[in-house]
Amino acid sequence: MANTYEQIGTTQTVGSAVASVTFSDIPQTYTDLKVVVSARSDAAALTVVMRLLINALTSGYTDKYLYGSGSAAGSGSYGATNGFLGDINAANSTASTFASTDVYIPNYTSANAKSWSVDDVSETNATTIYMELTAGLNSTTAAITSLVLNLSAGNFVTNSTFSLYGIKKN
Amino acid sequence: MPNPTRIEVNCITGEVLEVELTDAEMEQREVDAAAYAIEQAEQEAEATAKAEAKARGDAKLLALGLTAEEITAR
Repeated sequence: MANTYEQIGTTQTVGSAVASVTFSDIPQTYTDLKVVVSARSDAAALTVVMRLLINALTSGYTDKYLYGSGSAAGSGSYGATNGFLGDINAANSTASTFASTDVYIPNYTSANAKSWSVDDVSETNATTIYMELTAGLNSTTAAITSLVLNLSAGNFVTNSTFSLYGIKKN
Repeated sequence: MPNPTRIEVNCITGEVLEVELTDAEMEQREVDAAAYAIEQAEQEAEATAKAEAKARGDAKLLALGLTAEEITAR
């Protein structure tokens, strides 16, 4: 791994179900951030949406995502009150399977609006499950100091993991 | 029964806290979940209506003499 790519803190592994994971006091010494998640929800659904709050903001979000479901493809957008991080497995997907999500946040200390991109895929032993590519934006011009990851329904189950990385210019 | 918890990681100090959600946060979660369920139902209804309209349109085109191949190629 390049020495410009460093883990911030340690990987958080959920011990018993939690509603959200917050990274606060994010150092302002990197150029970009990356969040890597392996997660599953306990909600009674095939999948649920994982969401992002930047600096705890609950407004100013826009996004566009492209998805494939195993039998169809399409596009959509999510609400303005949360950032969209794609779908993750929930309780109606095959037991013990977890979704994989990569979130990239460039120029997080800039005085411009904050963007992010996501690639995510859920898992299940059936025809329908989702993979998505997302581009999102929040209108805040403040540097990002905290990230909250939560769910549209349910809690993150035991053994879900969350890692934050900082990436510096070479 | 206690409320669910959230994990808070302080990236500077490395401190990790697991904090129980407040009752206000629980209420907001329920509001959010209900709003999401409504939004999902609306999206599914819209997709179903669109698919049904397409099927009706295709049936009319077939009745006018177009082939299935010609309809698919539009």
